[in-house]
Amino acid sequence: MSIASDLRQPTWPARGRHRLRRSATEAGSAILGLVLLIWSLAPIYNMFLIALDPEEGEIEFTGNIWIRQPTLDGFIDVVRQEARYLEDFWHQFGNSLYIGLSTAALTVLIGSLASFAVARMRLPKGALLTNAALLTYAIPVSFLIVPYYLIVHNYGLAEDPWAVIAAQVAFATPFAILMLQLYASLIPSQLDDAARVDGASALQIYLRIYLPLTTPAMAVVAIYALMLAWNDYLYPAVLLLPRNMTVAVTQGQLFSDTDAPWNAMMAAAIIYVLPPIALLFALRRYVAASLRTVSSGV
Amino acid sequence: MSGTQVFAAGRPGVGRGRWRPAWRGALRGSDVTWAIAFIAPYAAVFLGFVVYPVGYALWMAGRPSLYAELISDPLYLRAAVNTLLFAGVGVNVKMFLALLLSGFFLRRRWWIKPLLAVFVLPWLIAAAQACVSFHWMLIGELGLVNRVLSELFGIDGPIWFNSRWLATGSNIVVYTWKWLPFWTVIFLAARMTIPRDLYDAATVDGATGIRRFIHVTFPLMANLYLICTLLATLWALGDFTTVYLVSGGAPAHSSEVLATLGFRYAFATAQPALGVAAVMSALPVLIPIVIVMMRRLQTREMRL
Repeated sequence: MSIASDLRQPTWPARGRHRLRRSATEAGSAILGLVLLIWSLAPIYNMFLIALDPEEGEIEFTGNIWIRQPTLDGFIDVVRQEARYLEDFWHQFGNSLYIGLSTAALTVLIGSLASFAVARMRLPKGALLTNAALLTYAIPVSFLIVPYYLIVHNYGLAEDPWAVIAAQVAFATPFAILMLQLYASLIPSQLDDAARVDGASALQIYLRIYLPLTTPAMAVVAIYALMLAWNDYLYPAVLLLPRNMTVAVTQGQLFSDTDAPWNAMMAAAIIYVLPPIALLFALRRYVAASLRTVSSGV
Repeated sequence: MSGTQVFAAGRPGVGRGRWRPAWRGALRGSDVTWAIAFIAPYAAVFLGFVVYPVGYALWMAGRPSLYAELISDPLYLRAAVNTLLFAGVGVNVKMFLALLLSGFFLRRRWWIKPLLAVFVLPWLIAAAQACVSFHWMLIGELGLVNRVLSELFGIDGPIWFNSRWLATGSNIVVYTWKWLPFWTVIFLAARMTIPRDLYDAATVDGATGIRRFIHVTFPLMANLYLICTLLATLWALGDFTTVYLVSGGAPAHSSEVLATLGFRYAFATAQPALGVAAVMSALPVLIPIVIVMMRRLQTREMRL
């Protein structure tokens, strides 16, 4: 290479090095992406591996690592409630749904009422209420299971789904109040003032202005509460009888019996985890938009 | 405004040192009734299902002899160490990975969005179901992990739940798997709010790559990072499902954490007071975390 061409294109070797580095980072990020894909999907793959296994779930003895002869027998057993431990599958599924929806409805209702009082009625010590509510999260939920179990007996709610619902509502509402309050702070207060001048009572302002305008945030709160209740293990496991248990709990029974029908168990697990995923993916734009609004308002 | 202050001056101690908005005087009698009515349902739930259980727990765990009993139990000391590992090491590794990965997910490639959708799946899947799947991946020589190790790489994998450290490590990895996506998404959202101008300015000043991260990204996210780490520590300290369903405390209760050990004391050996004392012994760690976190949350001006 002559000096002249060196002068004309001084960046040649640098550009080559640059290109090399770029393709190296490109390959690196592709490898990282692949690792993340395997990391995220491995247990899910394992679920399908066991659920689709034909040999009555003797997978831990055959030890396949590929899905060889997939069969839907496990799923069919679950749907027909013919697998051991899963005789009440749909009933338990209904319990999960009942507890989840009740928790969501009550959390939205109670949280929205309290957040209205704090955010819109301008109580002198409103912030104190939110802070007190948030203190709920200072002690992990699992630490309170023993006193909670005893208290529920005092309340006459032993083995009652409402014991679980009450617990979930108590733990979901502080988040609901915070979320709704942040969202409500973005609504101009002149709306309330105008309604007030027209003679609207607090209840009317709540029903006509607050509820319609906070709907997106309430949807997020409802999804949060529903998923909290749907996915919880400890509280339903302790507070409910096998008959009125949620599906999340039946999975724990795997450990007491080595002859349990694994494929049906895993098929039940797959059926159980699908609704929240479907719900969240269906509403993802909505949830993301609402979260963005709140975080920009903080 | 002035009316309120005159009013307040007549009553020492009322409204002192605090700014009172002008409408305060306008909160009429019927409004007060409404406000109480709106707050009453939550107040009832809070008192009946939060304050009462917490008070009950403190009362149950109040006897000093319980702690002497705990200290003399080798299971308790192991569980306490495991809990510290679970929350101390597990959480910090997870948060740091989440911070790095949030940068990775900012890349502009066609496959980043689908990858992110797959990556958040662990967060959406119920913990119990995921933990059961992990349990079967790790158990014995025929679990998926050891089968893959032996068939693809010719390695004889260890029996994961036969050693306290491997079992605890497995629990930590599973917990990381479950919560890494959540924190990554939080950090990703925070990074997206950092104005591009800052990066452009840093580039002009010659900062790229790692230096841009250290001098621009991290200082802006430091408060959020700290708050999230404290919150994650709080959650990890109280995690029950992972340890209960992945290792189940095996071998011989040596991989238990405080939450599962308290559960076993209370429900397997019928010592409820000891069980509550076991979990309440985490309070000296919990309370400082909560205090620091609340202080940090109030320094909002440091946030983006």
